[in-house]
Parts: sequence; C-alpha cells; structure tokens
Amino acid sequence: MKPFTSLDGLVCPLDRANVDTDAIIPKQFLKSIKRSGFGPYLFDEWRYADVGEPGMDCTNRPLKKDFVLNQKRYQGAQVLLARDNFGCGSSREHAPWAIEDYGFRVIIAPSFADIFFGNCYKNGILPIVASAEIVDQLFRECAAQKDYKLRVDLETQTVRNPAGEWFSFDITPHRKHCLLNGLDEIGLTLQHADEIKAFEAKHKAAQPWLFA
Amino acid sequence: MAGKTLYDKLWESHVVREEADGTCLLYIDRHLMHEVTSPQAFEGLRLAGRKAWRKDSIVANPDHNTPTNHWDRGIEDPISRLQVETLDANIKDFGALVYFPFKHANQGIIHVIGPENGTTLPGMTVVCGDSHTSTHGAFGALAHGIGTSEVEHVLATQTLVAKRSRRMLVKVEGSLSAGVTAKDVALAIIGKIGTAGGTGFAIEFGGSAIRGLSIEGRMTLCNMAIEAGARAGIVAPDEKTFEYLKGKQFAPKGADWDKAVAYWKTLQSDADAKFDAVVELDAAQIEPQVTWGTSPEQVLAVGGRVPNPAKEADAQKRAGIERALQYMGLKADTPITEINVDKVFIGSCTNSRIEDLRAAAKVAKGRKKAASVRQVLVVPGSGIVKRQAEAEGLDQVFIDAGFEWREPGCSMCLAMNADRLAAGERCASTSNRNFEGRQGAGGRTHLVSPEMAAAAAIAGHFVDIRSF
Repeated sequence: MKPFTSLDGLVCPLDRANVDTDAIIPKQFLKSIKRSGFGPYLFDEWRYADVGEPGMDCTNRPLKKDFVLNQKRYQGAQVLLARDNFGCGSSREHAPWAIEDYGFRVIIAPSFADIFFGNCYKNGILPIVASAEIVDQLFRECAAQKDYKLRVDLETQTVRNPAGEWFSFDITPHRKHCLLNGLDEIGLTLQHADEIKAFEAKHKAAQPWLFA
Repeated sequence: MAGKTLYDKLWESHVVREEADGTCLLYIDRHLMHEVTSPQAFEGLRLAGRKAWRKDSIVANPDHNTPTNHWDRGIEDPISRLQVETLDANIKDFGALVYFPFKHANQGIIHVIGPENGTTLPGMTVVCGDSHTSTHGAFGALAHGIGTSEVEHVLATQTLVAKRSRRMLVKVEGSLSAGVTAKDVALAIIGKIGTAGGTGFAIEFGGSAIRGLSIEGRMTLCNMAIEAGARAGIVAPDEKTFEYLKGKQFAPKGADWDKAVAYWKTLQSDADAKFDAVVELDAAQIEPQVTWGTSPEQVLAVGGRVPNPAKEADAQKRAGIERALQYMGLKADTPITEINVDKVFIGSCTNSRIEDLRAAAKVAKGRKKAASVRQVLVVPGSGIVKRQAEAEGLDQVFIDAGFEWREPGCSMCLAMNADRLAAGERCASTSNRNFEGRQGAGGRTHLVSPEMAAAAAIAGHFVDIRSF
C-alpha cells in the first residue's frame, strides 16, 4: 500500500448526500479480476453520456459537461469533498480502487458508510470526518475560489485552508500507523500467529461443531 | 454491572487480542465467497506466497455473473466467464469446505445456500466480500460484509482487524397485519431511521413481531440492515432457529447438537443490557411499503403519494427529492397506486427463498400478468429452492401467469448478468437497492415485498395487497 503522510491538494466538490458505491463504480466494471485500472470509470454514469463497458477506451467518450469531474478547474484534484453517508451500499472495494486510481487521496465528508470507510484505509486513502458546519464552509470556499487547495497532514491530524484556518480530525492509532508507513496489515497480524492458533484451539475445544 | 447485549457476547467470544485503542483481532468462523470480490484477494495471497489459514471455513459459489437461462450455452459474456472460471481455479488451488460451481445442482446465491446446508450457525462470526452478509444475523450469528483486502486478510489469518460497533435495539412489538411482511418491516425501519441511521451500529432486532417472523423472514430483515447503514443485523436464536437447523448437513449432530443448543440458548441480550440507541415500532402500524426514489429510505406506505419537494424546507433534502423524482420520471404528489411498471423482478438474497416464492405464487395463481408488463422474472435463490418450488408446482403457477421461471442467481438485483432494465424502464423489485442504475443504466427500481411485486405484475401498477 502507498503510504500517506501529507499533501497540498486541489479540492473537487461533490455536492450530494448518500453517494452509493454503485454510483462510484457501476457493476459492469466489477467483472475485472484486477485491482487497477478503475479510475477512468469512476462515477461512470454521472460522468459520461454513453453507457460504459469494461475495457472501453474513455478518451473519446461523450462527457456530461456539468459533472464536477469534467470541469476544467477540478482537473488534477486529490481531495474529494463530499456530503453525508458517502460510500453507502455495496461493499465493493472497487469503489476506493477507482477513487485512488483516479488520483484522489483524501475524502472529506460529514459521515461515511462503515464498510467503505474501512476499505479506504486499506488503499492509501484518508477518509476525514468533519462537522457539517466545516464541510459547508469548505463547499462555500471551494465554490468561491479557483484552485482551492487544502493542506492535509496525517502526522498532526490537521486540515488547513488557504487562509491558514485549520481543523483537526480523528483517526485510530492503528490506522494512522498503517497509513503513515504504508504497512501490509496481513504481515502485522501474522506476527500474532501464535495467539491466533491458541485462540483457535480453545475455540475448537468449546465448539467443535464450528470446525466440521 | 449492566448485562451484556447479544452483540457483545458474540464479539467477546471471538476476540483474539485487543490493542490499547480498542482495535481487535476478531476470529472468523465462516468465510463465504463469490466470484466478484475474491479474485484480487487470492491474487494477493499468491503474490505473497501465502496459504489459506483454514480452508474448511470457506463456503463459496459463483452467483453474480451467472446467467439465469440457457445454461446449456454456458456463460456467454467472456469477461463474466473469466471471473467465474477464476473462482473455480482459486478454490481448486486453495480449497474450501463447500464449493458449488456454476450449474451444480445446489448452486445459488451465496446468502441463500449457507443457511440451507447449515454452514451458518448461531454464535458464529460470518464474513463475506458482500454487504448483504448481514443476512446470516438471522441465526444469531455476527455476520457482516467486508472489502476485498479484508477477504485476503481473513484468508491469510482467519481474523479481521476490527473495532466494536455501538449497539442499537430495533424493537417491533405487536402483530403484523395480513399482507405485511418482513420486507415491509425492513423498509419501514429504514424509512424511520434513514439509510445512515444505523451507521456505526450493529442492530439487534427484537420484540414480539420479530419473534413472530419465520427464519426466512428474519433473513429478509437482517439482509436489509445494511440498507439502514448497519453492517450487521442480529436476531437472537430461539426454538424456530433450532428447528430450522436440525438435521442440516453441517449442523452439529448427536451429543454435539445438545451441547450446541444449550450454548445457543445463552445467545440473548441480558434483561438489563444497555443499548446505545433504541428504536421502537408498532407492528400494527406498518403497512405494505413501496420505495419511490433512489435510496431505500425514500419509501412510503402503498396508500401514500410521491412527495412534493416544494413542501420540503431543508434545501439539501429538497434538492435530493427533486433529483430522485427526475431520475425516477415521477411527478410530485402522484399516488403510489397510479405508478405503472414495465418489469417485475422476484428474487435476490432478500426475497428468493421458498416462502417468498410461495407468497408470490399465491398472488399469481389463476391470474395473468398485465399486457403492459413486458417481463416478470422469478429467480429462485438456489437449486434447492428451485426444486422445492417445482415439487410444489409453483413454477407452473408462474408460467401460467405469464411469468418467466429461471435458474438461480443474483440476476437483476444488480444486473451483472444479462438480466437488466433498459434506460427508463420501471421495475417492481423484491431486491434491496433502488440506487440509480442498480438494475441497469437508467433503470428505475421500486422495492417491494414478493406479494406486492406479484400483484404489480398482474395489475400493471402498484396495488395495496391487502385489498387485492
């Protein structure tokens, strides 16, 4: 996994609540057996005027010009600003894969769906929960200011706007450690293999039917 | 000290170790798999030279990509076929307790086949790279969806890195009216608390109306916990649960059975257990539900009218209603019963079990689908459900009504195979999500119970099943 430490990133605002993972990456692209290459199909139905199919070359597809990802001022954005319950619905990790492959490394929203939130950390994406007031302010500033960037720093757990105002965010020490160092969580867990084996033996003795 | 909730009992009995910040390693008893969310996990194992920790915890079968007709032709879409063949190859290499390849007599939707063969049991932790894993909570198991990185983690370590959820009790007391089903209860709960109402929570469903539900009804209810934002939904096991499981292939036998049942009876929230949130519903007040928008929380009783955005004061919510009405091609204030449907889908891990098919057949019996309805798909949840339905003659009831009787699979719930809506088509669906494009790009989904779906197929528009 790519580590995440800090970035000074252009912000792209996606002003709607309950964005589901079907919208983030439609089902036809889930047929891939790879982890990469989903970025061109991110938000496919909102982004393109035709129906996307896996493997399609997206360079000449007709665009829905009003959609934020298609607006010139947001090209190269690394911070996605979103609304409540972002990432709800299906557990598909293809959603964070598409978001990361497109170039986003940070998502800021008032709330996230649980499974999506966890999936982000496994893919070098930092999901930040901010209060509705702060998110409202960021949306206003982003609309008013071209090239609106935010400085996101994981070590200090802060987000700073161009005016120098900042807010802090929460993250568990475990997730912070993994993200800062780009750690393979499986490797970390396997350091406790003996404890897992000991638990398993006890569990099997108590409920042998679980090991049919 | 306050008593413990069922969730806490399930959690605590699986903690291998706990970090200072509350992050736990949670032992996983059952790992369900399908073809869509597993290939990258197996690939990760291969790249790292790892093996599956406990292959006998794995129950797998392809379901999302498999066609529901013309099985003699195989899987015609080459990309779908490759994904299904990749699962075949991965299970061959890494092993499994149960694997039903495409066209196996017992193949079906993964959340239907697990309970059918007793590989889902009370007290288990159950995971799958699929958000509707919450279904298995109906047995008093801690069951939830995970991402593909977590699938790989469980394969490699038999554990999940997780933090404890908050606990919510959704209590439904009283008796449900005739024609009101578990699906309506689920939709009514989502309508009340919203699609983010359960975020961060594990929901325990309790109360006399929940105890009154069949095991299949409880599966329908727990299946949709994720649509309320909760990864896990749980119902405490009881005599009905034990009765359902007894004699199933992988259920304990003999002395183990008695020991298991004695343990399973302790899987209840203590009388003095504290929940972080409690939501109460009166069963008698719940009516047949129909979603009108593009989120499961956009739901109404069948007697209602599509909302009018002009009456919504909150600007964000108003914009949401307007966007949903536009996508759904609906005018504000339209009575639900005046909405015509083009297609009907009866199936999915929410509503494809034998009881669901019996309920739909009861409505369809001796009637014909409306001429204006282009297609009615009835897709059983598994080979076992299909054979049972055929033994009862339900297939003929559907065929006589002009419905199509198909092979098992996920089908038009998410339209990864050929079963899908065309742009602008409107569907009464027994599935779980009415998101934009869910059943096909530009398709319009209304979520309902099997009875309500069958009635809409006959009438050509939504009707109140209670007076149908």
